[in-house]
Amino acid sequence: MALLEVVNVSKVFPGVRALDDVSFTLQPGEVHALVGENGAGKSTLIKVLTGVYQPDGGELRYCDEPVSFATPMDAQRSGISTIYQEVNLVPLMSVAHNLFLGREPRNRFGLLDENRMNREAAEILGPYGVTTDVRRQLGTLALGAQQMVALARAVMIDARVVIMDEPTSSLEPREVETLFGVIRDLHARGIGIIYVSHRLDELYQICDAVTILRDGRLVHTGQLAELERLRLVSLMLGRDASQVRKEGATAFEADQHEGTGGAPVLRATNLRSRHKLHDISFDVKPGEVVGLGGLLGAGRSETIKAVGGAYPLDGGEIEVDGRHLKRHSTVQAVKAGIAIQPEDRKAEGIVAGLSVRENIALAVLPRMARMGLVSDAKIDEIVDVYMKRLRIKASSPHQAVGDLSGGNQQKVLLARLLATQPKVLLLDEPTRGIDVGAKVEVQTLIDELAAEGLGVVLVSSDAEELIEGAHRVVVLRDGVVVGMLTGAEVTTEDLLATIAAAAPEDKDEQ
Amino acid sequence: MTQGVVAEPEVPGKIVADETRRAERTDRIVGHVQRQGALAVLLAVVIIAAAVFPNFRSYANTATILVAAAPPMLIALGMTFVIITGGIDLSVGSQFVLGGVVAAYASRWGLIAALLAPLLICGAIGLLNGVLIAHTRMAPFIVTLAALLGARGLMRALSSEGSTTYLVRSDAFHRLGSGSFLRIGYPVWLVAVLVLIGIVVLSRTRFGHAVYAIGGSEDAASLMGVAVRRTKVWVYVMSGVLAGLAGAINAAKLGSGVTVLGTGMELDAIAAVVIGGTLLTGGAGTIAGTIAGVLLLGVIQNMINQVGNLNSSYQQVISGAFLAVVVVAQTYLGKLRRVT
Repeated sequence: MALLEVVNVSKVFPGVRALDDVSFTLQPGEVHALVGENGAGKSTLIKVLTGVYQPDGGELRYCDEPVSFATPMDAQRSGISTIYQEVNLVPLMSVAHNLFLGREPRNRFGLLDENRMNREAAEILGPYGVTTDVRRQLGTLALGAQQMVALARAVMIDARVVIMDEPTSSLEPREVETLFGVIRDLHARGIGIIYVSHRLDELYQICDAVTILRDGRLVHTGQLAELERLRLVSLMLGRDASQVRKEGATAFEADQHEGTGGAPVLRATNLRSRHKLHDISFDVKPGEVVGLGGLLGAGRSETIKAVGGAYPLDGGEIEVDGRHLKRHSTVQAVKAGIAIQPEDRKAEGIVAGLSVRENIALAVLPRMARMGLVSDAKIDEIVDVYMKRLRIKASSPHQAVGDLSGGNQQKVLLARLLATQPKVLLLDEPTRGIDVGAKVEVQTLIDELAAEGLGVVLVSSDAEELIEGAHRVVVLRDGVVVGMLTGAEVTTEDLLATIAAAAPEDKDEQ
Repeated sequence: MTQGVVAEPEVPGKIVADETRRAERTDRIVGHVQRQGALAVLLAVVIIAAAVFPNFRSYANTATILVAAAPPMLIALGMTFVIITGGIDLSVGSQFVLGGVVAAYASRWGLIAALLAPLLICGAIGLLNGVLIAHTRMAPFIVTLAALLGARGLMRALSSEGSTTYLVRSDAFHRLGSGSFLRIGYPVWLVAVLVLIGIVVLSRTRFGHAVYAIGGSEDAASLMGVAVRRTKVWVYVMSGVLAGLAGAINAAKLGSGVTVLGTGMELDAIAAVVIGGTLLTGGAGTIAGTIAGVLLLGVIQNMINQVGNLNSSYQQVISGAFLAVVVVAQTYLGKLRRVT
């Protein structure tokens, strides 16, 4: 008996056929990977399954009955729960209230039972590793913990199908383990799971079956174990397997990041900041890519923000090109030639409502202005150069950045940074949440930029990316440098071992 | 650059636990300040006023303040719900006046008609507001601005361009506004009951939590299965009904449907709600705070009246200053809560 069946479903938007005759089957207790590049139709399919969109053709069968869900509420009531990629909870409400929103326990007067809610919330969240006070505002929790609350919420409804859209994108490795524990438990209870992720390692670790979409069409569905990893990538990208093999899993070319030697372009010494950074020192030579590794909360983002002047420092020194930065501010950092790409692209990076041109021009305006005026032609020239160079795919420079794919948004952001002609580029999770094709392009770009003599600092929670992308990896733990991996022979296992060794109390858990 | 004294991490796990505890504590303290700040300021002002003005602390004066605050309190009660959903209702001032005129007009048919007519008419305006806002996703600002003009026009049409003043013809209705129990006017008791109900509804029902969720993140609330549209419609209906009731009570108290008062009452209500700690962006706020906000404005007005020779318009200057301080403090506190 199939739990959930999608039969020849189509969905058309003006000008786009988002889903074209797609079918697949989810069995009870199955963990089913749904993969494809951005724009392949995964999100549309999920929205059709959860009642956000109505299909234009085909049908949904749930427990062998044809169904249609008019709203997300309908789908939820029937037992289909969804965890979205970006945490979709209410930040200003308490953890417990978020957990129970819409199905709060009530006492005999029909009023909400606050005590019971708090007590039960604490019990429910325990197995997910969330031990904080459940009366706290959700928004004050770390992103990973928020994601866990979302997961707990999705599972605690009597769900028979749980859809997870990139659930691990904001989790640290230990939390991923907790998540997988929960998934195995759901699997054992016969709950069907649709698992969307760009991380192939995870898919092979946790999924039984796989459905691959490309350009709104089904290109493959079947058991995952029978599908070779290379074949999966090539199906997903629609490229030859041999081509994928040649290019590797990431687009980095290992021997390019040695740097040109010589004096470091960036030197950070004994950075200290409140309770987050205790003693961080590292340097970056021109043309070198230095990775910052470690768990979430180890201080990676804080470190590069501090270098970029966007995080308060209590002590320490930052030198760019041998010149000491006297005052600690973003203005000084930008002047000295430091460009920073923040982790949260949407909140801190691009301005979604502005066009590609305006986004790129933002950073260069102050530098190009003559008596407060900027010539349009000059901006056009610069925009044109960077759009070509970074291969930004937009219908025109005037298209709003919010309408571009994640990968192209990231490239616009990079273009804006590069337009300031920096000496040092600080990248925080540059390939998070963008599809495989765009990831390859961004990685290639990082390579090219380093080759041109830029010093690059790369923060990534993707171990492969860190190993293949960086020449040296500085490993942090609790705001302290605990290790340094150098050379081309470093493997993913080495990195994980260093991170693990730096966290002795985690060992018994593994 | 100052060299901070930072302890070396001896036991990393302990640091993290301390960090979490500290974040929890900061969150709790800041949360209290956000919720109870207005109450603390109100207490301070009352104590000062009681010390400086002998007349202020009399029972009669207290009753005066409370009776004067009753209609604004009703409007602010509805506004609290509206603002917590992230909306705004500019039409309540006009609805207040319309409600008063309608109530006075309908009082010729007795008490029940005098109460029901404004509630129905203003409820209908609120329903129109709610449906337009929830179902067509038009901006609350524009929709309720239109309703403000519409309600004002209706009132002027009913009162022949404001020149006709209807007198209250029902003694029972007039008594409702002017009578008192324990030397405190009936309106105050009525408002107290409604406010208590409001507190329970907002904090202890699913509807109340839906109100918070919608203001906190409408998309998330809708994905989590909250009935966003229905909740929004109800919130504007409530706001309209309460504004109409406030107008009716006011008419009952004055003995006539006055056509000139009430302009700008929507702004006073918004000010009181925001001073009470409700975020104008939605998602957070309490009715207790709103009570403190309304009373604070009322007490300041009363204090200025006590001074005697001071122009009562200064009340607005002081209210404005309070509002500015609260908004700045809220921004700061919100930041403090996040950067832990």
